[in-house]
Amino acid sequence: MSDFAIKVENLSKRYRIGAKEEQHDTLSGAMAAWLKAPFSNFRRIKKLTDFKGKNDDEHTLWALKDVSLEIKQGEVIGVIGRNGAGKSTLLKILSRITDPTDGQVQVRGRVASLLEVGTGFHNELTGRENVYLNGTILGMTRDEVNKKFDEIVEFSGVARFLDTPVKFYSSGMRVRLAFSVAAHLEPEILLVDEVLAVGDLNFQQKCLAHMKKLTESGMTIMLVSHNMMAIQSSCERVYLMNNGEVAASGKPLPVIERYREVLAEEIDGAPSHAGSIKADNTDSGVSILNFEMFGEEGVPKRDFRFGERVKIRFELFSKERIENPYINFGIVRGDRVIITNFSNYYDNFRVDYIEGKCVLEGWLPPLRLVPNYYEIHVVIWPWGGAHKGGDVTHAVPLAHKTYDNFRVSGTGLNSADGVYQLPATKWEFHRDGETITFTDIKDDNIFDVFDDHDKELGGGI
Amino acid sequence: MNDPEIRVIKARSGWQIIDWKELREYKDLFYFLTLRDIKIQYKQTVFGFLWAIIQPLVLMVIFTFVLGKLAKAPTDELPSAIFHYTVLPAWTYFSNALNQSGQSLVASANMITKVYFPRLIVPMAPVLAKLIDMVIAYVILIPFMFYYEIVPSASILMFPVLILLLIITAAGAGMWLTALAVKYRDVKYIIGFTLQALMWITPVTVPVSTIQDKFGETWRLVYGIYPMGGIIESIRASLVGAAIPWDLLGISAATSIIMFVTGMYYFKRTERVFADVA
Repeated sequence: MSDFAIKVENLSKRYRIGAKEEQHDTLSGAMAAWLKAPFSNFRRIKKLTDFKGKNDDEHTLWALKDVSLEIKQGEVIGVIGRNGAGKSTLLKILSRITDPTDGQVQVRGRVASLLEVGTGFHNELTGRENVYLNGTILGMTRDEVNKKFDEIVEFSGVARFLDTPVKFYSSGMRVRLAFSVAAHLEPEILLVDEVLAVGDLNFQQKCLAHMKKLTESGMTIMLVSHNMMAIQSSCERVYLMNNGEVAASGKPLPVIERYREVLAEEIDGAPSHAGSIKADNTDSGVSILNFEMFGEEGVPKRDFRFGERVKIRFELFSKERIENPYINFGIVRGDRVIITNFSNYYDNFRVDYIEGKCVLEGWLPPLRLVPNYYEIHVVIWPWGGAHKGGDVTHAVPLAHKTYDNFRVSGTGLNSADGVYQLPATKWEFHRDGETITFTDIKDDNIFDVFDDHDKELGGGI
Repeated sequence: MNDPEIRVIKARSGWQIIDWKELREYKDLFYFLTLRDIKIQYKQTVFGFLWAIIQPLVLMVIFTFVLGKLAKAPTDELPSAIFHYTVLPAWTYFSNALNQSGQSLVASANMITKVYFPRLIVPMAPVLAKLIDMVIAYVILIPFMFYYEIVPSASILMFPVLILLLIITAAGAGMWLTALAVKYRDVKYIIGFTLQALMWITPVTVPVSTIQDKFGETWRLVYGIYPMGGIIESIRASLVGAAIPWDLLGISAATSIIMFVTGMYYFKRTERVFADVA
């Protein structure tokens, strides 16, 4: 008999997505529809979970199609793929949150799933009460929580506030406590969805170290993540999901490389316009269109060299005249770290108004981003909007669009070098009254430096 | 190493059996969810658990004045205050428990879509949590009983059984409604409105004997199909030392148990889609 922990055979999951709401132009049309609504609503809602009759129509979506995989006991498996590739659906089926439409899974051992930290946390309860509630929600018994309680509290570092209602916690404290509970689960199989990067840097280090300990403890772990660094460092085997199917599997590096190819194919498929993956607040009458990035050759592209000078360009369309808008675009890494924001406001460049079609072009400094994949967020704020009252979280942008993936490549830099490599402007070295000054710093290219180093190293050995 | 058993996950359809073993494994979660519901209910209120007696007490005063003094409604020869207050805590419990239980799945959508646990716990926790209020409210009945010199008879031994039936009724209706409410959000409005209406046809306001006087014995028994009819009438009887209306209670208990069992199975049958539509 094989020693599998999870065996997935021909698994499929179909969702029915809500049908479009109808639009009516006349009052009588709207009235008639309003009276008929109970009947049509009933049919529509009933159909949400009813798959009988017509098989595939425009309102169904296959989140998983005929997926088969097998995970051995004690393996640490990574699952990667684009948004909507089916990763989370797979985890939800494995953790029994939702039923598959077809196929089956065999699971050997006690499963705990971590799709979110702090599920069931209640604001009015104290930290202590929430530890017990959250622990039992995650499948521990009261005795198990009792036994681990001190460890959990110690790990979270919020011991002082244990008897304070969680609503008085900072969001960081809350998430630390929640994560600590989750980290002390001891199932045979652990399913984790993108929850590792929580808290401040110190806490993240702690989490990663703890994760490492778990992987070495012989627990079977399935990790869904967009963080290739985490996948690469902790997983033995990786599955790549694409459009609901397993597109590749095997050792982390080749599969991650294959994933990059999938992303790159998509980039090449639409070379001039970046794909918009998300747009908010479309009723403000302001829209963002045709976002493009240009390299030094002046052609639109989405694959850049480290240090390349990039120009961005996009169109704005505004139905009404909007005075003094703030126009922002930020670069965001896959793990949601906002790397930088470019803004007319910060640069003291006043755009007096926008109306109809306008175009904004921006020349960026040499892009010294550490090679990786990045997103661009374009956000248009009303005058004073983002800063009014000092509370950015409650301000509503006029338009917000997210563009998926441009890539920076080249150089031997990696995440250990941070996210952005900045050159100094001048170096001085003092010794015995002697001073060495160096100002010949290349601000757009460090390939040469790496090449020189390689030559020297190669020659020396 | 021990070889844990293999669990098979696949598409389910039709009626499901109830996994009692699993429910037992999750008894601590049941406990903490119930505790949560108790603890949060009067957080940041001035009156706290006094609210548990304010609601039935105010209703008692209104009923005694409007029904007793103004309308001179029959009370089976009991003082109006006793007639109403012996059953108002039970009715208030039923109303609050059903209201919360019926909306429990929608309210816990964030949990249901993020983690697995036996879903049956969700509508059951508020049904138990609301019991505290009823117990507190019934303690207040004791001085009333002394004041009106009402002495219970041996029929008070039925009181715990009747409360159990009350819980079963609330849980049964709660499971039906919450399973429906996940998909059809209309249920939320139906519950509030129906509970208000139901109070007037429950023997909280007028005794079942009025039905018999107006429509005859047969209709009295037909009325028993409404579970709260027989249960509420019997709760009052058990407390004031009157004879328990066994025939009426028998019919009500039967409907209540049928509703509970079917509710549980209907809940299990629809359970698999909760996460998809919650």
